[in-house]
Amino acid sequence: MSTPSSNPAPNPAAPAAAVQAGAAKSALTFKDFVIKFGLLIILGVMIVVFWRLEPAFANARNMFSILQAVSVTALLALGVTVTLAIAGFDLSIGSTAAMSLMASSYVMVILNQGTLLAVLVCLLLGAFIGFLNGVLIVKGRIPDLLATLGMMFLLLGLQLIPTGGRSIAKGMTLSDGSAATGSFTDAFLALGRYRLFDLIPLPVIIMLVAAVILWVFMERSRYGRVLYAIGGNEKATRLAGAPVERYKIAAYMISGLFASIGGILLAARVGRGDVTSGSSLLLDSVAAALIGYAVLGAKKPNVFGTAVGALFVGTLLNGLTMLNAPYYAQDFVKGLVLVFALLFTFGFASSQRR
Amino acid sequence: MTEPGREVIRIRGLNKRFGSTHAVIDVDLDVRRGEVLALMGANGAGKSTLIKILCGVHPADSGTMEIDGETVAFRSPLEACAAGIHTVHQIINDGVVQQLTVAENLALDEICRPEGPVLLSRSAIAARAREIQAILGLDLPLGKAMSELGQAERQLVAIARALSHDPKVLILDEPTSSLSEAEAARLFALIEDLRARGVAIVYISHRMSDIRRLADRAVVMRDGRTRAEFARPLDFDGIVHAMVGHRVREGAHSAVAGSRTVVEIRDFALTPTSAPFDLDLREGEVVVLTGLIGAGKTEFAECLFGTAAAHAGSVTIDGKPLRAASPQAAIAGGVFMAHEDRGNSSLVSEFSVLHNMTLPFLRHFSKLSLVVPDQERRAATEQVADLAIKCPSIDVPIGSLSGGNQQKVVLGRWLIQPCRLLILDEPFQGVDIGARQDIGRRLRETAAGRATLVICADLEEATEIADRIIVMRDFSVVGGHSVDGLSLDALVAEISGTGTHATFA
Repeated sequence: MSTPSSNPAPNPAAPAAAVQAGAAKSALTFKDFVIKFGLLIILGVMIVVFWRLEPAFANARNMFSILQAVSVTALLALGVTVTLAIAGFDLSIGSTAAMSLMASSYVMVILNQGTLLAVLVCLLLGAFIGFLNGVLIVKGRIPDLLATLGMMFLLLGLQLIPTGGRSIAKGMTLSDGSAATGSFTDAFLALGRYRLFDLIPLPVIIMLVAAVILWVFMERSRYGRVLYAIGGNEKATRLAGAPVERYKIAAYMISGLFASIGGILLAARVGRGDVTSGSSLLLDSVAAALIGYAVLGAKKPNVFGTAVGALFVGTLLNGLTMLNAPYYAQDFVKGLVLVFALLFTFGFASSQRR
Repeated sequence: MTEPGREVIRIRGLNKRFGSTHAVIDVDLDVRRGEVLALMGANGAGKSTLIKILCGVHPADSGTMEIDGETVAFRSPLEACAAGIHTVHQIINDGVVQQLTVAENLALDEICRPEGPVLLSRSAIAARAREIQAILGLDLPLGKAMSELGQAERQLVAIARALSHDPKVLILDEPTSSLSEAEAARLFALIEDLRARGVAIVYISHRMSDIRRLADRAVVMRDGRTRAEFARPLDFDGIVHAMVGHRVREGAHSAVAGSRTVVEIRDFALTPTSAPFDLDLREGEVVVLTGLIGAGKTEFAECLFGTAAAHAGSVTIDGKPLRAASPQAAIAGGVFMAHEDRGNSSLVSEFSVLHNMTLPFLRHFSKLSLVVPDQERRAATEQVADLAIKCPSIDVPIGSLSGGNQQKVVLGRWLIQPCRLLILDEPFQGVDIGARQDIGRRLRETAAGRATLVICADLEEATEIADRIIVMRDFSVVGGHSVDGLSLDALVAEISGTGTHATFA
């Protein structure tokens, strides 16, 4: 009973309304230039100024010692970058690193075990802490800041329980009155102290390798793409078929893992389970990751930016130290840089859009 | 507050654009004292934008607005309130503070007044609250926390608070959407009382029963324009007609019957109280699911896509039971769905056209988990060409595209891979007519290898793409029609529920 119809064929008339899209970005304005390259230029200027004021600043050994000082911060910052990418946050990275430092010391000095086991215990612990964070946030529905803040305090206390609040050092007296028999192995200490060609510190190499792997993971793999998608629009990502909960837990596990690597390198450098070593790590690494937003105008957490951000903070602190700036000035300058970097990213960028 | 019938608000030639979307076009509207004006229209018809202009959230692009004869141009909601226009928004919880008591909520404006007292006395707040509820003759539990109240009582508190300012105009946006029958009845009594006092009430609702009970006049919006005005006695079929469109595109295509059955839905009950129904979706045919807002169309689709669970019934795809517990499982089972409200449910605004398009299928473009740019770009470029997506390149941010082109990207995403059932929920919302035709054409071109279900409340849009139109009402499918020889009147009667119930074919 269908009535065959003369087909008027609705012609797909092209709507002219859509053509103007993106036409405005032909010329790179001065503002765009500043937003894109500002931070890199400041970094360059900073290096030149420090070098003019203190020629020793620019020799290769000092440059690498800057990198070495930066490597632990950078590793933590790289980890937190992943949680920032999913629009989350991990406040527990500092204490995870400290936990890892204490755990490796405990395994070697008190339990008298080898390098491999010490490293393995730390890595597993880091991933497990991240897993707990992820589960608290995803299943427990605790806001990320609060869950990881709670975890931070929990770990700060927990790491001190096995030793009764004391730092771990070779030959220390244990609670039963005997002396600890183990010691840091040479292989473990080499992780923090060995220099390739007597120049490039091993932690720098480890950090760079980790950064490259993470960069590929975040920028080139499909997992990284989905992580960024979750950060942009979690609902849309779930409706596009991604197992969002698992991705979020994985992000916190990566963060915990990187923090524990940072803790291992720190332990290897200081050579004792010092209870205060990790105290400034959280703020420095978060600052590095946030400064990274401003690198190349990314306006989002990104691996390359984080690495540059860590270098930026490290260079600044090293230069100030060489110029004999007082220690308290360093925190002030760090804060100042962070505020300006954030202004670069958010303030200028949004005023440009309106 | 006498002189019933005199105009309080007079709007002439109002226009509002958002980028390339012309949301409100040349709207004239009068609101009179002591009447309930029902403002009606499908989602995206322009009601919300019109209301937002009225209550000062958005400035109009052009046109005039007079209140009691004085020309006004509100720059903020505060200015609209000062002029006597008060709004109770659809989401009640936006209008009340959960943690405070009823009394504190009622007196909230007093408490927040910048020049008010620094220290608050409980007794002063209670006194003010009693004063406010006395105006309305309400008896609310003043000492209780807001969070302990039911929806209706919260609604009443929000309305009472608005009324404490002695408004000239009260705008109620979907006030009954979360109320029970009894709660709604209480609200209606209050509205009738307000009308008697000479307040002008603008009432936005999709519920025909509300309109029947309350409205003195109804204005229907469609595609940004006011399309029809109805006075008492209201012609309900006429209202539905005006909402869903008169011009049915007859003969744009003849119906494809569809070959073998892909989706078999049996004894399907969305809720414990809704009538169970059966439905078959066949390969090659485009089925449009229509019905008023709140008829259960989206809820039905969500059951198929794994974001909601049905009360009872079975769904099979190619004879195999569909076990969709999540979108991930649904996609793996061959069910793809593009949700309504692409901005919140489909697109990642920070991502480019390319990355938005390929998001669900990255696995197919990856080797060793690394995305192979060539394959990914080729797939996206094909979709851009096939759908005539207008963008300078596939690397521009999705937000730089017009609404229609963004919607094409959403469709392109789900056409990258073949599927068994493709569901599109209101794909033409905020889409210009050119893009709409491109989307419809592409949808029909690609329909051969799958079943297609499109949710669409607008019959004009529906008939452009459909082979078969099925009607949903009260969470159940109540009828089905081929587009060949379609009777619009029968369809409208089924949608509004005024006609005899057609048996489902």
